[in-house]
Amino acid sequence: MSEQVSERRVGTAGEASEADEVFVALADPTRRQLLDELAARGEASATTLALPLTVSRQAVVKHLAVLGRAGLVRGVRRGREVRYTVRPERLDATARWLAGLAAEWDTRLAAIKRLAEADEPPRRS
Amino acid sequence: MTVADRIEREIVVAAPAERLWEVLTRPEHVGRWFEGMTVQVDLRPGGAMVLANEEFGKFHAVVEQVEPPRRFTFRWARHPDTPVTEGTATLVEFTLTPEGDGTRVRVVESGFTLTDAVKVDQQRHAEANRQGWLQVLDSLRRYGEQHAA
Repeated sequence: MSEQVSERRVGTAGEASEADEVFVALADPTRRQLLDELAARGEASATTLALPLTVSRQAVVKHLAVLGRAGLVRGVRRGREVRYTVRPERLDATARWLAGLAAEWDTRLAAIKRLAEADEPPRRS
Repeated sequence: MTVADRIEREIVVAAPAERLWEVLTRPEHVGRWFEGMTVQVDLRPGGAMVLANEEFGKFHAVVEQVEPPRRFTFRWARHPDTPVTEGTATLVEFTLTPEGDGTRVRVVESGFTLTDAVKVDQQRHAEANRQGWLQVLDSLRRYGEQHAA
């Protein structure tokens, strides 16, 4: 039996709250689009990113700040502009966290199957 | 189209739906498949459910749909000792479907992005964009693998 199944959530509280930050950041479709765009380009400035998204540069800067706080992007100053890149580590961690939750449900479903298939009559209370 | 913000798992069980309904809803059974939890269930819409664990505390849930022997859903607080509100809980949905001599059990847990901070945002955009962030996660992970320094 696995040690972690008694937990409501796999992983540490820190991992769960990091996942929360990622969920909040990704709940906005513009920010998802922004991340996609950034992933496709590798590195880009807010000005470049604003063009295909039909939102203002200022809006892009705000969204990038939210993504940055969630650990999803990193901005590095290059001369007069800030160039942004995707940080995949936190996304990987979130994906792993979710996979852990899915595995917990698999464990529970397997237990449900065992219990339901066990040849015991329904209990009378 | 990708399904967003949810976990979906299923299993086929060689037992009738009525038997599964008991396993899914009777506290003495729930406490066995929710390992390590002591369980209380007030099995009616709006009824309280408590999953208690000595180490982690009490997880509160509220029963939503009770449609024996087909559908059982509840909202489940994400953190211990926290009341269930829209902003703090995920939705767990069990659906039972007869299949051959047995029953398909499907569980969906959803609502991870429905924290208080994004609730309004989420409602506004719910229909505006059906692209799942899980898909984004996948594409970004591939990106990360390709560009790992």
